[in-house]
Amino acid sequence: MTDTVKDSPLIIAGKTYSSRLLVGSGKYTGNEQTRLATEASGAEIVTVAVRRSNMGQRADEPNLLEAIPPEKYTILPNTAGCYTVDDAVRTCRLARELLDGHNLVKLEVLADEKTLYPDVIQTLKAAEILVKEDFEVMVYTTDDLTIAKELEAMGCVAVMPLAAPIGSGLGVQNPYGIKFIIEELNVPVLIDAGVGTASDAAFAMELGCDGVLMNTAIAGAKDPVLMASAMKKAIEAGREAYLAGRIPRKRYASASSPVDGTFF
Amino acid sequence: MQIIVNGEQRDVSDGLTAEQLVNEMDITGKRIAMEVNMEIVPRSCYAAHIFNDGDKVEIVHAVGGG
Repeated sequence: MTDTVKDSPLIIAGKTYSSRLLVGSGKYTGNEQTRLATEASGAEIVTVAVRRSNMGQRADEPNLLEAIPPEKYTILPNTAGCYTVDDAVRTCRLARELLDGHNLVKLEVLADEKTLYPDVIQTLKAAEILVKEDFEVMVYTTDDLTIAKELEAMGCVAVMPLAAPIGSGLGVQNPYGIKFIIEELNVPVLIDAGVGTASDAAFAMELGCDGVLMNTAIAGAKDPVLMASAMKKAIEAGREAYLAGRIPRKRYASASSPVDGTFF
Repeated sequence: MQIIVNGEQRDVSDGLTAEQLVNEMDITGKRIAMEVNMEIVPRSCYAAHIFNDGDKVEIVHAVGGG
């Protein structure tokens, strides 16, 4: 960020972050790749999933939280794979115990396996319970303004509409809908899911969103560490372009060189 | 007695504590969370928590996810 442009930092649940890129830790080939890609991304918030512990068959298996230590990163446990309110709430309670009372969670309640679209009805119910139980809820939702506003009113600390289906890499499909949400909400609005490459991330930031959360776009790239670095730059470039204020789109040309003073 | 740990039946001695189960599973000191019959058992209570026959135990940890 240049000195001429003063950006306000990203603040989620009272904590200030200098990076507007949030990353997932899934789909990597191993903990070392996770560690390197996460470092290259510059992300400070990293999502994890909560699953059954191995029954002692692989007791020496390295722990993910050694690659992304909670002392260094804000760990954001998710409710991925949950299709009901009960499963999502249970997962959050276990995550809070797992992380010594850390109460920031990413709530997602899914509607169907083919699209992994959020079930917004269940999401609203789960969010209400979690907020009452003093969780700080970052919530994955659709690009619908009414639902986004309701989630904010309930007390969610960040609202995270999808760009496109999880893992699809299609980029922002409904920029106008996303913009409505950005304009109307006071809590941070983060694009979550659907980004494919760096230009998608920059585009999302140019819309004015507060950050982007991604996993597959980095972990699924041929070179995840290089893509993580590309995403870091794209997020920064998109943010600066948003703050700088782009020129309006025009249908016809507008000469860059003076018209006066020509000698021909 | 029998308890169910992460979906699998497990023969355990009467009066087994949560701490002893974690020892048996060779995951002592790992960053885990435990739920018994849908209720969280805090790590600080493992030594005092005694299982009953038929208890459903879930032990979870953090894995990669987006």
